[in-house]
Parts: sequence; C-alpha cells; structure tokens
Amino acid sequence: MATIDTAEPEVHRESRLATAGYFIRRYPLGAAGAVIISAFVLMAIFAPWITQFDPTLTNPRVSLAYPGGAHPLGADFMGRDMWSRIVYGARISLAVGIGSTGLGCLFGVTIGLTSGYFGGWYDLLVQRLMDMMQSLPLLVMALVMTAALGPSLSNTIIAIAIPLVPSVARVIRSNTLMLRELPFVEASRAVGMNEFAIAIRHVLPNTLAPLIVLATAQLGSTILVEASLSFLGLGVPEPHPSWGRMLSESAAEYVRVAPWLVIFPGAAISLAVFGTNLLGDALRDILDPRQRD
Amino acid sequence: MAAYLIRRFLLMLLTLFGISVVIFALLRVVPGNIADILFSASGMINPEDKLEIERQLGLDQPIYIQYVHWIVGLLHGDLGYSYVSEKPALDEILPRLPISGKLAGMALCFAVMIGIPLGVISAVRQNTLLDYVLRVVSLSGLSLPSFWLGLLVLMLCVRYFGWIPIYTEPPKTWWNELALFAIPAAAVGFRSSALMMRLTRSSMLEVLRQDYIRTARAKGASYAKVNFVHALRNAVLPIITIVGIEAAFLVGGLIVTETVFNIPGVARFLVEAIRWRDYPIVQNLVMFIAVCVVSINFLIDMAYLALDPRIAYEK
Repeated sequence: MATIDTAEPEVHRESRLATAGYFIRRYPLGAAGAVIISAFVLMAIFAPWITQFDPTLTNPRVSLAYPGGAHPLGADFMGRDMWSRIVYGARISLAVGIGSTGLGCLFGVTIGLTSGYFGGWYDLLVQRLMDMMQSLPLLVMALVMTAALGPSLSNTIIAIAIPLVPSVARVIRSNTLMLRELPFVEASRAVGMNEFAIAIRHVLPNTLAPLIVLATAQLGSTILVEASLSFLGLGVPEPHPSWGRMLSESAAEYVRVAPWLVIFPGAAISLAVFGTNLLGDALRDILDPRQRD
Repeated sequence: MAAYLIRRFLLMLLTLFGISVVIFALLRVVPGNIADILFSASGMINPEDKLEIERQLGLDQPIYIQYVHWIVGLLHGDLGYSYVSEKPALDEILPRLPISGKLAGMALCFAVMIGIPLGVISAVRQNTLLDYVLRVVSLSGLSLPSFWLGLLVLMLCVRYFGWIPIYTEPPKTWWNELALFAIPAAAVGFRSSALMMRLTRSSMLEVLRQDYIRTARAKGASYAKVNFVHALRNAVLPIITIVGIEAAFLVGGLIVTETVFNIPGVARFLVEAIRWRDYPIVQNLVMFIAVCVVSINFLIDMAYLALDPRIAYEK
C-alpha cells in the first residue's frame, strides 16, 4: 500500500476525493452530520478569533441585552456576551464529550478485550461488575459519581466516562470472543507469538469498526449528559461557560423576559448532538452492515 | 426452566448486593460529610460539636458497620433518617413516589402511542419522503435535551397563554392532575418515543422481508392486516425490550424535567439530596432505582419466555 501511495500520489488523492463524493451521495444525512460536527470543532478551535468579548467578562450596562448589534445573540443577566459563551461553550462540550467518550472507550476496550480473550473467572467477575454498573441509568450513575468526586471539569469527564465502560466492554468482548476462534489467531499462535501480542496486534484492530460506531453514538449521549449535569448545577463549574448551565441560570424567570437566553444554548446542545447522531447512523450503516435497515 | 428461573433470580440478588456496596462506597469517598457542610455553612468551627453530630449520625463508626446497619435496616423497612429534614427517609420518599410514578407512566404511554405506530408507518413506507422525514424527526428526538424541550414549552405557554404550567400546589381533581402532568410527560416521553420509533422501524423491516409475509400478501390478506397483525406481532419482541429498558431509563428524563416544571417527585428529590450530601436519601433512592431496573430486566426475560415459544433456556 505504502509503495503505491508514493508511486502514484495523484491517483490516490483522486480516489480519496471520489470516496468523499460517494459518501455524500450515498449518505447525505451522514455528510450533514459530519459538516455540523466539523463546524463545532472549528468553532471550538478558533474561539478567540471569532468572538469579540471574553465569555466571562461581565458588564452590568448590557444586562439582558436584546440580540443584535455588538451582541448578536444578546447578553445574559450579568451582561456576558451570549455568542462568546456559546462559542467557548463548544470547547467545554467537546472537551467533556470527546474526553469522556475516549476515556470510557479506553477502559471499556481494555476490559472487554482482556475478559473476552482470556476468559475464565476473571471474565466472570468482570461481567458481573458490568451488570451492576448497567443497572443504573447513565444520568443517575453520573450523578452519583459527581457527588462522590466533587464538581470540576476533569471530574465531570470521569463521572461520565465510567458509566460508559460497560456498554463498550460488552461489545468489544463479544467481538473478541468471536475473533479469537478464527484461523488467523491460531496461525499467530502457531508461529509462536505470545498471547498479549496476539490480543493487541491481531484481535484489537479487528474490533475497531464496532468501536467507532459505538463511540460516535456515545459522543452524542455524553454531550447530553454533560448538559444535564450542568443544568442541574452538578456538572462543569464556573467560570467555564457550559451550555447546560447557561440554561439553568436562565431557567424559569428568564423564560418570560429573555427567551434568547433559553433558545441559543439549547439549540447549540441539540445541534451538536444531532450532528453526532446523524454521523453515527451513517457510520453504523457503513461499518456494521448487519444492522443496516 | 425452573432451574433457569432460580439461577436468574439469584443472579439478580447478587447484582443488587453488588450495587449496594458500590453506591455505599462511592458516597463514602465524598470529600466532606453533612457535618462538614453544616459547619462550613454556619462558619462556626467547634470540633467537639462536630464530633457530637458525627456520633449522632453514626458517621464515626467503621464503614463496614455503617453498611451493615443500612442493609439490615433496609431489609426491615427502616431506611434511616434524612440528615436534612431529620424525618424518617421512608416518610420523605413515599409521598413523592406516586408523583414520579404517574409522570413516568404517562410519559411511557405517550412514547408507546406515538413511537410504535410511526415506526410501523416508517417501515412500511421505507425510503419514501415520509420515511425520511420521520427518521429525521426521530433522530432529532434523540438529540433534544428534555429539559430544553420543557423550557421551550414553558416559553410558548407564557407567550401564547400568559400562563406557566409549573407545579405550585397539589392538584385537586384528577382532571387538573392530568392537565398538569401532560406537558412534562410529553417532554419526557418524546425521547423514548423517538427511540421506540427507530427500533420498531428496524424490527419491522426485518420481519417484512420474511417469506411468510409475502405468502400472506399473496393469499390476499389486507394491507393493514399484513402490516399490523402478521408483521407487528413478530416484530414486537425487541420492542418490548426497549419499552422495558426505557421504563427504567426514563428516570434520567424525569430528573431534569421535574426540575424544570418544579414537580416535587422523587427524581428531583434525588438531585436535592445529592446537593446536600443527604446520604440516607441518596443511597436509598439510588438503590430503589437499581431495584426497579433489575426487576424490570427480570420481567422482560420472563416476558420473552412467555411470548416466544422458540426461546428455550436449557442452561
């Protein structure tokens, strides 16, 4: 493969473009999802360049300013610019979403791979533990975890990551159980590879497809859980601008006087989650054809 | 069969035991207990008073003794006392249960009534514009946070009716109650209905491809009869699973929705208790949720056995 790449770079680029074109035609909704997520990622990266105000800067003179002018999305009670807060909020949402999904997958894959590959009493023990963790709804588990850890950005990531572990571990384990019986694993063993090396070099890469599908689906739900936790005042603390907490600050009383404080953060959450869900569905169709409708 | 039931039941008890240990341990690693909170709030630091409070609450005992106390009490129906109100935890939790129960029930009804028919329609009309629209709507249902949906509804009510449908006093008639709960229930149920719709659709598509469906059509069974009797009946098993799981997982939606609409149910109470580190309330409520989820899973397995004679558990 590598030799072909260096020999014919133009052909390779063209084929990649063609692949992208095919993806857009075949999965228009998935492509839309990818565009939405990319927009949020760009927003998070270039936050300082596309905003005028510091998201934590208060200014009593523009308290509850109507959208328009210097504050395109209005300002909140403390006069903080909503556009800046939404843009910087993308950083928090994505940091928590990607961080906790990544952490959850890391633990889930480690546990699923080892328990599926090595089996025995260790597998049995791990499975019971996963059963227990799955007996609590994601939000409740995350709530208990935040209560235990205390509120902070990194604790929120951990609190959301831990409840994700069982579902990832389940999927990876069942894939590993199937993979370890296949001839190429036996061949590696016959060649004299040690068991750990087989698990990591040969079994793990083959579980990537379901993992990607699962991770994309989980990314949306982690963003939602972060928003819910912050909405309840138990998630990401001040001064980080979190979309969920913006809604709790602006809840009941501002519903009457400043609807823009309710509409924009909620729309940002919904759009981000919608984007990951669209992309997740398309990826599932591509990578996991058994589930294709 | 009997052996399977017993094994399954014992496994359920083991899971519950494990959860109780995990919850108890998690809540004990919390930095600071109620005594610390009381004292840091009031600003007075008298170590003797603090020790006295800890002794009264039993917080000075070793952690395993505290655990045994809790479990033994739980089995006798004694849930301890709320640290905050100092009333028995049972008296705090019980009156709140029916409120959340009704809300969850209504949300589930809403989800089933909307989600399943739309899922069937979407599957029957696969790859038409209608199917496309329904799929996007259901996906958006999974993306909207239910608290935002609730806030939007509140906003519309204020704008067009000048009235906020939040809970201020207990409803007097059942009609009042229905009206009061309908909006929050819909906000909670919207997500579940989206999930049910998606699952019904894919489950129906699977069944519609089967040979016996073609046979039914060939022998002239009506359109509606094929779709709703022949197909849906066989597609219903996975749907039951999701109804069951959603019933338990509605709790997540209840927590935020009860907060938005100011409904004094158990779900909002859980959040308040977590804020106050009211251990007896938190651990009992979380345990209660776990018991609900685990028993529902058990019931789903039983339902599978009863509904699908093809499944036989020999192990």
